Amino acid sequence: MPLVHLNVFRGTPQTEGGYVGYDVPVEEGMVVLDALHWIQANEAPDLAVRWNCKAAKCGSCGCEINGKPSLACKTRMSDFGPDEAITVEPLRTFPLVRDLVTDVSWNYEVNKRITPFTPPTDGDQADWRWQQEDIERVQEFRKCIECFLCQDVCHVLRNHETDRPFVGPRFLVRTAGLEMHPIDQADRTADLKDGGVGYCNITKCCTEVCPEHIRITDNAIIPLKERVADRYYDPIQIAWRKIRGGRSGTGGGSRAGESLPVLPGGSSTGSPPSDGAGS
Amino acid sequence: MTGVPDRHPHDVLVIGAGGAGLRAAIAAAEAGADVGLVCKSLLGKAHTVMAEGGVAASLRNADDRDSWQTHFRDTMVGGKLLNNPRMAQLHAQEAPDRVNELEAWGAVFDRTRDGRILQRPFGGHSFPRLAHVGDRTGLEMIRTLQDRAVAAGIKVYMECTVTHLLTWTDRVRGAFGYWRTSGEPVVFAAKAIVLATGGIGRAFEVTSNSWELSGDGQALAYLAGAELIDMEFVQFHPTGMVWPPGVRGLLVTEAVRGEGGILRNRDGERFMWRYLPEDRRNEYAATDEEASRWVEALSAGRQTDARRPPELSTRDNVARAIYTEVKEGRGSPHGGVFLDISYLPAETVRRKLPSMYDQFKDLADVDITAGPMEVGPTTHYMMGGIRVDPETGATTRAGLFAAGEVAGGMHGANRLGGNSLSDLLVFGRRTGEAAAAEAAGQDEVPQVDPVQIRAAMDDLAAPFGSDPGDDPHRLHEELQATMQSLVGIFRTEADLHEAIGRLAGLHARWPSVRVSGGRTYNPGWGLVFELRNMLIVAEAVARSARQRTESRGAHSRIDYPDISPAWGRKNSVVRREGEKMKVTSSPLPSMPDDLRQLITSE
Ligand code: SF4
Ligand code: SF4
Ligand code: FES
Repeated sequence: MPLVHLNVFRGTPQTEGGYVGYDVPVEEGMVVLDALHWIQANEAPDLAVRWNCKAAKCGSCGCEINGKPSLACKTRMSDFGPDEAITVEPLRTFPLVRDLVTDVSWNYEVNKRITPFTPPTDGDQADWRWQQEDIERVQEFRKCIECFLCQDVCHVLRNHETDRPFVGPRFLVRTAGLEMHPIDQADRTADLKDGGVGYCNITKCCTEVCPEHIRITDNAIIPLKERVADRYYDPIQIAWRKIRGGRSGTGGGSRAGESLPVLPGGSSTGSPPSDGAGS
Repeated sequence: MTGVPDRHPHDVLVIGAGGAGLRAAIAAAEAGADVGLVCKSLLGKAHTVMAEGGVAASLRNADDRDSWQTHFRDTMVGGKLLNNPRMAQLHAQEAPDRVNELEAWGAVFDRTRDGRILQRPFGGHSFPRLAHVGDRTGLEMIRTLQDRAVAAGIKVYMECTVTHLLTWTDRVRGAFGYWRTSGEPVVFAAKAIVLATGGIGRAFEVTSNSWELSGDGQALAYLAGAELIDMEFVQFHPTGMVWPPGVRGLLVTEAVRGEGGILRNRDGERFMWRYLPEDRRNEYAATDEEASRWVEALSAGRQTDARRPPELSTRDNVARAIYTEVKEGRGSPHGGVFLDISYLPAETVRRKLPSMYDQFKDLADVDITAGPMEVGPTTHYMMGGIRVDPETGATTRAGLFAAGEVAGGMHGANRLGGNSLSDLLVFGRRTGEAAAAEAAGQDEVPQVDPVQIRAAMDDLAAPFGSDPGDDPHRLHEELQATMQSLVGIFRTEADLHEAIGRLAGLHARWPSVRVSGGRTYNPGWGLVFELRNMLIVAEAVARSARQRTESRGAHSRIDYPDISPAWGRKNSVVRREGEKMKVTSSPLPSMPDDLRQLITSE
């Protein structure tokens, strides 16, 4: 069997980290996670790497492979040239635990701050009728496997190691999934403003690395930015809110069929302010 | 470095954060208990995310002829009547409410044309019954439950492995474990403990299960003196990937067959026609033509008189059929058979089975819209498990509860697809509520035994001993090879006898396994304690399988090929007596007449 050379980052925050080389025999169809498992079973039983599903479904095995945030279980060894060395490193945006494992607990803390799903308190669930077309966008966001590769690649998070003002693309995806849910009643616009949606300058790096191919920027972040812009900076929407008593029509929670106060040209970028919330 | 462990008291401690653990934790918290939830991985990564096909519940959205009674009957028939009838009844009755509740908590299931929750057909279910989200239903469920648990303020201990249960007087009152990220020990004191640790797949070589499923809960319960039942019933899912080697065993959802996938052997023969059990043949289509009418009606969202295709036979039967085809030389190039859905429009396949499409494309370079997949059986699910009270999930040990795959009884000798997601919702909730009630009846924070904690700390330190010993990976490989070759789909007295002997040998070597490195996130070290658990459950499987001299459901004995009425009245029972494993049997719980009638009346 041909050998492939892997340079794997080994180390802890307390020790000087470094790259250790391993020559791994490759079989057809092998992925980088298989190679790491081979190293564990044969050369370094204490090599730390997170994984669960081995099928790109749980989002545990995110790391940086030749500099690119990737799922180790989805990256084929055959994607690299026969003589190309493969370098595997931990996600650099989060603090190191050991080897390829980082402390991603910050993400779980951020998640707690998002206003949870808020269904209407009146009406009968038996009457809920949602058309497949109307939920497709929400289902796109709910495909997220929380691999945090988008968080890793986002320069706003990379550049703020502590006191991060920005929740990051993953949590904008989650927020968008709630805001565009056909019956959600909460309004997260203020949280979005506080969570720094304005920090995102639409570089789309997050979309590029998302293993679930969620169009994070186009489908989640831009519409959310527009909601915030409408709410805080748009005179027509502000006037409308005064009439309606507080809620912005472009926030989630509008029932399908209810007429929406979506005003043509009402957003700062000139595109429709919402694309899925029951309109 | 390791002094006195941190101690965390809770009313209810839930161990395992898959669907059952999350649902139990939510129920206990909503009942007013202070809840701690411990999991070996990060929150939301549990194996429930791998459940693809759907959650079974007689919502009657896709076919209004369905009912809980039919769901009950299908479950019992699929389980070869070895199920605990009360569990099967509660499950069938309560599943629709549990699914609707998920929707009310934010889950977004696929819709029917009139906007309600869509249901798909699955093996052994009389009607389209599985609520689903494409083929990522498990992810949807776990995320919904995770969000709910977070909103309920449940304290979650992530990446924390429990290695010991702590007892005091006659009750289980705590748990001991370690933080995977630091290796530091940790102690939980609790008035009630719920085990929800899932299955045992990792004891086998070819499995759909992740590293987490090492029989932890079954072994912890056994060591604490609780009874296990029906451990011989291990489900081999008929369709796992067989190639490439790195993903061998990875699940190919039954939804592929539910949407019309056809199984063929090397010669192109649709072999399932030959394997339908005689007594149920009339439930399946008689011809290719009838089967394809059924698929067309399904795609069009119509009800039909056509009967379902032979590929939707129960899992045990399809797994044996595939195994036999391969063994007799009619397999595919990589030792499986062909599963073909490519005759449907590519767009339909991609919409109905998006993650299967990606999985084969990304991992095997196969376009399932253009050609067949290669599939073969893979160790998937443990039907047996900890003996529980149907209403409450209480085990036979005071203070200890169990829910989900770790518990036994619900699925009998064979589980129907889709019934495990509904199982973990129904019994997760019941068990969480019962554990909260139990805790409310206990005063003050329970005592934990310092002597047991000391001993547990010594156990954690032992693998770092300086004397040479076995590598845990080698022991694990030997264990997997033994189970795969001797305790697999077809079993014999001689093989099982041999397996029990080999397992005893591995058990004897276990105390001297040694690991290198430190305690921080050291997977080799973690494997040592999981190996202990796997050795226990493997022995329980092999001994129970040797005892049951019949073939029923997932348990197939070549030397006893027939179903035995006498064994049909008995559960296998495993319990600890001193240092020895005792295997006996006990009479099945009796079935009230009204339930019995549901099964006998057609
Ligand atoms: S598009 Fe926005 S969220 Fe995404 S990586 Fe760029 S700055 Fe970060
Ligand atoms: S949005 Fe995509 S990249 Fe980000 S966490 Fe989810 S799946 Fe990963
Ligand atoms: S191991 Fe689950 S995504 Fe890679």
